[in-house]
Amino acid sequence: MEQGSKKGRFGGSEAANGLLLISPTAIYATLLLAAPLFAVVVYSLMVDSKAGLAGGLTFQNYIEVWTGRIDRALMLRSLTVSAMVTLVTVLLAYPVAYFVSFHIRQDRKSLWLFLITIPFWTSYLIRVFLWKVILGYNGVINSGLMSLGIIGEPLTIINYSIGSMIMTLAHAYAAFAILPIFVSLEKIDRSLLEAGQDLGESKLRTFWRVTLPLSMPGVIAAVLIVFIPTIGDYVTPELIGGGKLPMIANRIEAVMLKQNDKALGSAIAMTAMAIVALVSVAFLLLNKRFLKGQK
Amino acid sequence: MNRNPTLKIYTIAYLIFLYAPIILLPLFAFNDSKVIAFPLQGFTTNWFAEMWADQQLFVAFRNSLLIAVTSSIFATILGIFAARASTRYKFPGKGGILGLIMLPMVLPEMIFAMALLVVLVAVGVPLSLFTIILGHVLLCTPFAMAILTSAFQSLDRSLEEAAYDLGETPASTFRLIILPLVMPGIISSLLICFTISLDEFIISYFLGGNQTVLSVYIFGQFRFPAKVPAVMALGFILVCVSICLLTIAEYFRRRGIAKTGGKDTGGFL
Repeated sequence: MEQGSKKGRFGGSEAANGLLLISPTAIYATLLLAAPLFAVVVYSLMVDSKAGLAGGLTFQNYIEVWTGRIDRALMLRSLTVSAMVTLVTVLLAYPVAYFVSFHIRQDRKSLWLFLITIPFWTSYLIRVFLWKVILGYNGVINSGLMSLGIIGEPLTIINYSIGSMIMTLAHAYAAFAILPIFVSLEKIDRSLLEAGQDLGESKLRTFWRVTLPLSMPGVIAAVLIVFIPTIGDYVTPELIGGGKLPMIANRIEAVMLKQNDKALGSAIAMTAMAIVALVSVAFLLLNKRFLKGQK
Repeated sequence: MNRNPTLKIYTIAYLIFLYAPIILLPLFAFNDSKVIAFPLQGFTTNWFAEMWADQQLFVAFRNSLLIAVTSSIFATILGIFAARASTRYKFPGKGGILGLIMLPMVLPEMIFAMALLVVLVAVGVPLSLFTIILGHVLLCTPFAMAILTSAFQSLDRSLEEAAYDLGETPASTFRLIILPLVMPGIISSLLICFTISLDEFIISYFLGGNQTVLSVYIFGQFRFPAKVPAVMALGFILVCVSICLLTIAEYFRRRGIAKTGGKDTGGFL
């Protein structure tokens, strides 16, 4: 508000124009996103009985979520899975982004990026299911190894496990990790690297002391982009885990729709959202520190 | 440059990992066996015929198409408003408003699908294709805005001022100067939103009521092992279609960059 009035009449009309222009989108997002989220917050503080939602704000649902065995276990599993997926995806993606950024000719880069992104615009459901086809009991790996005579009976460690869920998700979010890291690597001034080597640093040390710190914002963006959607993934536990390894999204569905306990379901959703927000803020602060260190 | 070969081999191995599931699609779509396993049993196009004969698939496909077209148009329009406002104007609360609009990009989809569901049910809106569209527009708008913001950002402000000086009104300047220059961005946004909407599952699954769309249909088919080969055939067709759409989107995006005289930095995101 202050900014607008300081600039006088012109600034005021610019602010008004800007607000007017953005209002359709802002109103849409308020009605269909902010309002429902607010409603869920309110629901989570109510009690759901057979008679319907009852008022009286209480933290009962949150206490139930935080002390309940199932909810806590599933929350932990979701966190573990998404943390592992994030770690694996970002570690595997970094060298690829590095290769495209540093070892590919400028005019070929977008072709490589295009090649990397193509698999991600094909049906997510089918991609997840194909991993089940690859890793399943009668899957590609097992039947392939058996027909080659390498193993006598199907390996069971690769199917319906946390590991295969991590593998599937690491594949599903690979491009989302590569792109931000690539963008931050592209921004690095190449003369800094030459300077490092001119001053007698080895290639590896230049990478460690110059390239890696400078690309950290991209790494942190990648971490967030992978971590946030995987923690709420619904399809992979359903298809790969065979419904036997539910994560928090499946729990929210079960409580909200099958048990029809909207209050408890809302509390679980809000808890998950709070965890996501906490992790995101932690990483964003980390990012800020890196940016500050640079300037 | 002695690390070059290792990195290159690694990257190619990684690309194989990325493409591995997709390469399997045509193999099993044309494989003459009800079981999805090796060794392959011979060539058949029966699965395509079986897929084609399924009436439900066509209903689901029509629904998906309707939703994807409508959502991509609305999301792109909302994206144009937001992108234009954010690149051209300064206004109070800009960060917060843009943050809210971009929020669906960083919120687990399940959470806002459930939030939307709870509210729609409470307000008494019957679940239908319409409610799926409401959700998809919300989901696609951030992507549309991201694409369009870069299109609007590369606009040269002086072109607009020149038009004003030559006596054009803001409306006609927008129509004659700005719109043609950001057109490639708009087309690319439409295509990306269309693809996202077509592929989206969680919102369609929970907000659709008893209406089936393509992704929900596919999910349902996975429950019956006998139906899986036909889904593979369907998946193969979908992959081909989305590769075509993406190539077109990429073409327009590059043309847009060339038009405004920018440099290609690559990538959609």
